[in-house]
Amino acid sequence: MKENRTIKVDYLARVEGEGSLYVKIKDDKVEDVKFKIFEPPRFFEAFLRGREYKEAPDITARICGICPIAYQMGAVTAMENALDMRVNGQLRALRRLIYCGEWIESHVLHVYMLHAPDFLGYEDAIQMAKDYPDAVQRGLRLKKVGNDLMTIVGGREIHPINVRVGGFYKAPDKAKFKALTEELKWAREAAVETVKFVSTLNFPDFERDYEFVALRHPNEYPLFEGRLVSNKGLDIEIKDYEQHFAEEHAKYTNALHSVLKDRGAYFVGPLARYSLNYDRLTPLAQQAAKEAGLGKTCNNPFKSIIVRSVEVVWACEEALRIINEYEKPDKPYVEANPRAAVGCGCSEAPRGICYHRYRLDDNGIILDAKIVPPTSQNQKTIEGDLAEFVPKHLELSDEKLTWQCEQAVRNYDPCISCATHFLKLEIKRE
Amino acid sequence: MDGGESDSGKRSLALIIGVGNEYRCDDGAGVEVARRIDKLNLLQVRVLAHSGEGASLLEHFHEADLVIIIDAAQSQCSPGTVHFFDADNSPIPSDFFNYSTHAFSVAEAVELARALNKLPTRLLVYGIEGTDFSAGIGLTKAVQNSVDAVVGRIMNDL
Repeated sequence: MKENRTIKVDYLARVEGEGSLYVKIKDDKVEDVKFKIFEPPRFFEAFLRGREYKEAPDITARICGICPIAYQMGAVTAMENALDMRVNGQLRALRRLIYCGEWIESHVLHVYMLHAPDFLGYEDAIQMAKDYPDAVQRGLRLKKVGNDLMTIVGGREIHPINVRVGGFYKAPDKAKFKALTEELKWAREAAVETVKFVSTLNFPDFERDYEFVALRHPNEYPLFEGRLVSNKGLDIEIKDYEQHFAEEHAKYTNALHSVLKDRGAYFVGPLARYSLNYDRLTPLAQQAAKEAGLGKTCNNPFKSIIVRSVEVVWACEEALRIINEYEKPDKPYVEANPRAAVGCGCSEAPRGICYHRYRLDDNGIILDAKIVPPTSQNQKTIEGDLAEFVPKHLELSDEKLTWQCEQAVRNYDPCISCATHFLKLEIKRE
Repeated sequence: MDGGESDSGKRSLALIIGVGNEYRCDDGAGVEVARRIDKLNLLQVRVLAHSGEGASLLEHFHEADLVIIIDAAQSQCSPGTVHFFDADNSPIPSDFFNYSTHAFSVAEAVELARALNKLPTRLLVYGIEGTDFSAGIGLTKAVQNSVDAVVGRIMNDL
């Protein structure tokens, strides 16, 4: 019997920010899918106009409490591009280190507290903790390692205050990392355990032919440098982003939809990074991925929980490498000489690429700014996933289908706060 | 006042945690209470400003026998209403402090700590009902008045 129904979730929990989802099913076909972000826009780009170039990292860090480093790195690399600055050596290494801290913190929060309960059938991590106390405690301790890295390098764990254009306000003493080294070694093992833990979950059989977009660096797993590449032929410099990508306004959402001008929806985030940069992972991370059953690419968004865990293995190893090689630099930053220029930067936020472009006047005052966060870029792909997923699972009850739709949204760890902020889900069957 | 560092080496008799975002008007109520208490330089009392991110918040619970959290609340009560929860006696309503955009917030931190037997000896939570959570600095009058009242109540708790 053909079905017409609407499935509706008025409040989707365990996502960052305020939004809703509406799915209308008519004659066993999905007639309408809307991922709506109804949080009011916050006009950060307008706040930036008239401010000094050096204020951008601290202002943009306030866009998100979960991924401030992503914004800071996007801002500083864009400013340094505009002002023709090079930040190398230990300063560059410290940037990678603090970014590893953010990846660990953000990914572990999502894996254990937000996404794992979906797979295990719990309403939330509190319910899950009663049956899986060891796993949840491992997650909390692992996340704290990320927080501690952020604190040492960034000055504090939330909204770090030590990042500046050209480097840092103060470089940490080598001794500060000593106590963290042993904990990071524990974290590396715990991250491998995490990959094993999540690889035993049940994954819906669901794959799509995505266009993955990520940064690619000549020899590193990407964080804030490289070319923008895709698995469908895109290979461009960061400065050419706006020639290839556009933002479109959709009436039902407060966040702009990003599209590739030539091909439409695309996918950013852990699956894209992994699938485009598998060869840049460390042998231990590759081994963990292989033992978890992943190939060199992954097209099942539900398995993003495994990929995030693999990236945590990588981030722990990279952090250990940087700490082992760390020598406090003589000067914590490179001097900047303001000039009229336009600069672009792009960094790999935990949820995917985050693009920044600033135009400065002779005195380094920001004339205009453009910031494209990862969740804006994934909105159309999230809708596309639901449009394909729902018709294949119409046999499910409204309750079960709604659960799986929410889970499908959480595959992207959407940061709605960044994209503009709660998610409400509505599935209509007519 | 500390800015959310996880310094587990420090242990005090009491830890005061002001939660919120000062750049979202009344959401800064908890931080303002913490700041007032910090200025009193009380012995054996550590004061912390915190964003409210739950997993990180939970990590501070072992740092003192008495932990007091102050956060802005939004529960349809009149502005400035002071809510109080003794975590030993009752669970924290999960939708109470949900103004924060954090997916894992104060209530979840407290209840997760309970599930993992990680609650401090005593955990008190104050909520100050806010009305203006828009972008900007400064508390509304009713919330300002309640900040004074909560500081007084916490002095009694200590």
